[in-house]
Amino acid sequence: MKLNDYINEKIDPLFQKGGKYEKLWSIYDSFHTFLFVPRHTAARKGVQVHDSVDSKRVIMMVILALVPAALVGMWNVGYQHDLALGINDGWFMQFLYGLVAFLPKVVVSYAVGLGIEMAVACMKREEVAEGFLATGLLIPMIVPVNTPLWMIAVATAFSVIFAKEIFGGTGMNIFNPALITRAFLFFAYPKAMSGDEVFVRTGSALCNSPIEGTAVVDGFSGATPLAAVADGTFDPVTYSTMDAFLGCIPGSIAETSTLAILLGACLLLVTRVASWRIMCSVFVGGALMSAIIAAFSENAPTVAQQLCLGGFAFAAVFMATDPVTGCRTNTGKYIYGLFIGVMAILIRMFNTGYPEGAMMAVLLGNACAPLIDYCVVNSNISKRAKRVNA
Amino acid sequence: MANVIKLKKGLNINLEGTPEEKFVNVKEAKKVTLVPDDIVMCTPKIVLKAGDAVKAGDEVFHDKQYPEIKFVSPVSGVLEEVVRGDRRKVLGIVISNDGKGTSAKLPVIDPKTATVDEIKQAMLDGGVWPFLTQRPYGVLANPSLQPRDIFVTALNTAPLAPNFDIIVKGQENDFQTGLAALAKLSKGKVYVGAAASTTIPAVNGVEKVTVEGPHPAGNVGVQINNFKPINKGEIVWTANAQDVIVIGRILNGKCDFSRIITIAGSEIVAPAYAKVQAGASLADILDGKVKHVEYKQRVINGDVLTGVATGLAGSLNFKGQTVTVIPEGDTTDEIFGWITPGLNRYSTSNTGLAGLFGLFKSKKWKLDARLKGGPRALIVSGDWERVFPMDIYPEHLYKAVLAYDIDKMEQLGIYEVLPEDFALCEFVDVSKNPVQQVIADGLVKLRKEME
Repeated sequence: MKLNDYINEKIDPLFQKGGKYEKLWSIYDSFHTFLFVPRHTAARKGVQVHDSVDSKRVIMMVILALVPAALVGMWNVGYQHDLALGINDGWFMQFLYGLVAFLPKVVVSYAVGLGIEMAVACMKREEVAEGFLATGLLIPMIVPVNTPLWMIAVATAFSVIFAKEIFGGTGMNIFNPALITRAFLFFAYPKAMSGDEVFVRTGSALCNSPIEGTAVVDGFSGATPLAAVADGTFDPVTYSTMDAFLGCIPGSIAETSTLAILLGACLLLVTRVASWRIMCSVFVGGALMSAIIAAFSENAPTVAQQLCLGGFAFAAVFMATDPVTGCRTNTGKYIYGLFIGVMAILIRMFNTGYPEGAMMAVLLGNACAPLIDYCVVNSNISKRAKRVNA
Repeated sequence: MANVIKLKKGLNINLEGTPEEKFVNVKEAKKVTLVPDDIVMCTPKIVLKAGDAVKAGDEVFHDKQYPEIKFVSPVSGVLEEVVRGDRRKVLGIVISNDGKGTSAKLPVIDPKTATVDEIKQAMLDGGVWPFLTQRPYGVLANPSLQPRDIFVTALNTAPLAPNFDIIVKGQENDFQTGLAALAKLSKGKVYVGAAASTTIPAVNGVEKVTVEGPHPAGNVGVQINNFKPINKGEIVWTANAQDVIVIGRILNGKCDFSRIITIAGSEIVAPAYAKVQAGASLADILDGKVKHVEYKQRVINGDVLTGVATGLAGSLNFKGQTVTVIPEGDTTDEIFGWITPGLNRYSTSNTGLAGLFGLFKSKKWKLDARLKGGPRALIVSGDWERVFPMDIYPEHLYKAVLAYDIDKMEQLGIYEVLPEDFALCEFVDVSKNPVQQVIADGLVKLRKEME
């Protein structure tokens, strides 16, 4: 008996109404639909054929796009560790070190988030939406490497419940759940989210316990370049923009390599999963604001530095382009992107409380997106109204 | 101003089973069934009983709201049965065809000399008034009103649908009579939307509008929106070229309701055109034309975007243009749909290679009826707009209809759309929403509220 026949005949009935495990249907369905494309056919009335694309495929593109940034990020965790301790055990060991530091975070984020989503889906007897598959990977990628796992668990739970499920689940949320997780961590545990000690792991890979016989080198500072910008010690002339572009600077796990992020951006743009309108206008907005600030201040980073440092590129490519929380009209997308780009740099440069502004800017953008869409749609409405009066 | 509409947005779904430009014979219909549900929001009042003899052109039922709008029998024979469903709703009126073709005597009307009332009366009595659709809502035209304009589409862009050029060929006279009659009924003008390459002759007193672009360029609603949009309070009547021909025939005194349709789709042995009787059973129409296969097939009364899967038990829609047969696909288990390269999966989305390389345009596709995904809330934005060539925000209008916010619906252009205009949105929708059904339900509810 072929696997699909076996599943359809023996396993499927157990989960259907009246079956032994009918309450777990949502979970069964989510696995089954990953294995096989659903068999449901079109209703009697309406469109009789459908395009093959579905939400699973779209979300999968986001996950694929995240892979380069995740890989370079993992390597960088090990690389920064080696730099701090003044050793060099090769790129492969550095990558392994990063992998061991990164994986538990992924597991925790997925376990907590998907657990809640599946439980809610079972309660509502709905299909499990795929949105969290992207969110669950984004969360560990945007936190400092030394974030304790329990904090990730608490923040993820908070975000999935209060930023997503109470609004009605994937597609209904106002704010980007991954950024809500980050913001929750930032405000609930500020010490674990900023400072010189959170972005570089100096202890063991798994739990950062001190390794005997090692010590950080003299003059080591785990501060991110943006922290230097915030306290006024940043020097744009001597600073290597190339390091920031390639991703060998301290920072949250996967935000550091602009190059890897751009690779992901290419995939998102080619597949049209992310809106080029949003992505480009965030960069344009950020560049404009950076240029203005650089023109008036000598110590300010250059435009290229601004775009490569911190989470700006990551936010532009993966966060701002979330279609659910962003603007949904094409005109609105330009405004939304520009707004985020400008705000990210503004917050970064003028609010010393927040060394990085990308997270805040996107969340602010999320809050404004419905208003921007409202204005755009209203212009269509007033055009229609004028036609009547004419 | 030259009347040209150039559309870029839209999508031609390149399906297997395109009809060849030749006619095949179809078994003469032993029975025809009139289905009141073919007309949106029509409540029938049946005037005959089972067992009554009818001639072609005799009234079978009329609309309750507008009793002057008659629906007539297309054939002569005996009214066999009135099929009723829940709460005695009329599902179909079955008339057996005696094949003699005896018909009621029809007056010959010359639209050039006849008065408006004479034309109206002839159309109402002849049973061709229902071929006019009134917008907003897409309902029976109210005979006591005069529309702002009448739009006729002579361009058929729906998948596997017949080319109106072929239909009009040889029936130019009836077509002209029909158009001339419509010209009298309209307060404004009669516009005929057709492709630049059309062979349909120009008609005096009727304005031609050249329409270019992929489907839904042929949808009359799309043409109106791009040319002369409907405002709140205005009414517009629409028809398509084939229906105008039937109107013309009746006015010329010929009681003939036959239609030229395409029998198409990947499950048809030799897809082609055929002349059939309106209301003929699909089993008769498709007799001997469907491939013999082991899997289940889906028989669609209409095209794949707007049709109804009635199966062989159905009967050709009153305004039917196409009968399509495709695989049902309900026993297909396609593995790992979310990550396969997608060379062999039809998709306009660039998330698969078929979309990325443009294979969905260059290759012919055999599509089955699967949704190929689960229903979700709207996630992706911008996809609908790519296939919706109207100055309307489809998603915002859809959401207003879902919420049944009447003010918003009006403001966003509900009066300018019919479900068919959203068909491609439903087709490309990543979240697999029943878009047409939502719009259709919203329109019904809105009309009840407004009247």
